[in-house]
Amino acid sequence: MSIKKQYDVVVIGSGPGGLAAAIEAKKGGADDVLVVERDVELGGILLQCIHNGFGLQTFKEDLPGPEYAQRYINEAKTLGITFLLDTMVMDVTSQRKLYLSSRDFGYLEVDARAIVLAMGCRERTRAQVRIPGYRPNGVFNAGTAQRWVNVEGFMPGKRFVILGSGDIGMIMARRLTFEGAHVERVLEVQSYLSGLSRNYVQCLEDWDISLQLQHTVKKIIGKDRVEAIESVAVDDKWNFIPGTEEIIPCDTLLLSVGLIPENELSKKAGVILDPVTGGPFVDEHFQTNVPGIFAAGNVVHVYDLVDYVSMAGAGAGKSAAEFAIAEKERAARYIPLVPGKNVRYIVPHKLDKKALEQGDISLQMRVTRPIEEDVWLEVRGDENSIVKRSERYVRPGEMVTIVLKPRMAAELEKTGKLTVDIYPKSEA
Amino acid sequence: MEEKNFICTACPTGCKLIVRMEGEEVVKILGQRCRKGETYGRQEAIAPQRMVASTVKIANGIHPLLPVYTKGSIPKRKIMEVLEKIRAVELTAPVKAEDVVIANVIGTGVDVIASRDMPAVK
Repeated sequence: MSIKKQYDVVVIGSGPGGLAAAIEAKKGGADDVLVVERDVELGGILLQCIHNGFGLQTFKEDLPGPEYAQRYINEAKTLGITFLLDTMVMDVTSQRKLYLSSRDFGYLEVDARAIVLAMGCRERTRAQVRIPGYRPNGVFNAGTAQRWVNVEGFMPGKRFVILGSGDIGMIMARRLTFEGAHVERVLEVQSYLSGLSRNYVQCLEDWDISLQLQHTVKKIIGKDRVEAIESVAVDDKWNFIPGTEEIIPCDTLLLSVGLIPENELSKKAGVILDPVTGGPFVDEHFQTNVPGIFAAGNVVHVYDLVDYVSMAGAGAGKSAAEFAIAEKERAARYIPLVPGKNVRYIVPHKLDKKALEQGDISLQMRVTRPIEEDVWLEVRGDENSIVKRSERYVRPGEMVTIVLKPRMAAELEKTGKLTVDIYPKSEA
Repeated sequence: MEEKNFICTACPTGCKLIVRMEGEEVVKILGQRCRKGETYGRQEAIAPQRMVASTVKIANGIHPLLPVYTKGSIPKRKIMEVLEKIRAVELTAPVKAEDVVIANVIGTGVDVIASRDMPAVK
């Protein structure tokens, strides 16, 4: 496999949003589609979501996350999409240039006619919910624990308290129970469940794990390792209610306290973010404020169901392909203006052949050296002469102008570039 | 007549079901918005069923674990027993998604299958 200098569509991230985007971009007529993934394999976070419940809408089946991802991976692989694994996107510009660092290919620069941002989201951490106490070992984000238990084969602890009733937290409560751990409690600061009620039933109720609404962690106890947490009830404004404190012994605290769209790269490209969602402002094509940069899935806003992420990805991928194709057609209409004999430069540097239908186009240039006798000014195509006129002399200090007329459009159509020569008639 | 309350888990909607029982028999199901809810409510009142997902050890794969799941639902009270069987399995990569890992697990008539491809490392 070799990596090209330019792609029609580059997709950043190979989770459900990215895979669907790449597939639709390819199906939508983009010739070269590149997917850049920082992990060693395709699929994103779905690979650690081993529980079922995915794909009820898309496939009308109840699938685990890896299987849902597998179907998109299999389809993507049959379409001739290029995948760059174990590769970080270090920077993206508003001109749609990407700077990559790849394990196999080293440093790479790639130009994209269109980009789909599909970096997903990341978890809110302890620092963002401000829990006082020491900083002992044993405080994990629920998603990190999920990766450990389901992919890497480590148990983060034996006795758990989970803060937050998000889906990942509840699903981990069941998963840890399956693996022999004890989940003491799930605490939720709000007065309602933040995840799906089906997860409350299957993950907590089924396993007699108690959920306390309007409760939070007041303090983490333990210096080297978590020894307990102090829970407390809160009022409607999340103020602690004195006298409701309870010490819950545990060795691990899992945080399931929300997700934030991951947009560091978007910002570098000049993409403007909505302070409410944390993701880019997008139009109905999922295009951001930067032309040709699209965004899809959890990078835009955090979804509840993967099926909707796939749908959003597909929409963004289709739009990105349309943009790239239009861009390619527009670029193909442009021909360069090449300074020939005794011409130092020409402005404009390139021109749209179709623009001649709208009216005259003036070519302005300066000569390299003076010629103090009758000269020909000639604009040539690849194999044809477009226009030729004479001057009594040319001097570098005096700008030369040649006008292209709409009647020359037919000759212009035949060429891939224009060359301007300025030479003495005596040499002709 | 006895009434049982459930939250349907057949899909993410989470309909609140009321199942009216006459002894061991379901006489009426209320609150469901689709056929799946009807099936779920009946099942939940008589013999609750669940799908189970876990992992098995795998050698020579890019990860040490392979995610697996029950192709269909099994009796809820048998989950721990099924998990024990799953925990005892050790495989060697390569494995393909949907390959059968345990056929007819503990006589439930349901297969435990692989949730993904696990290519061999070497």
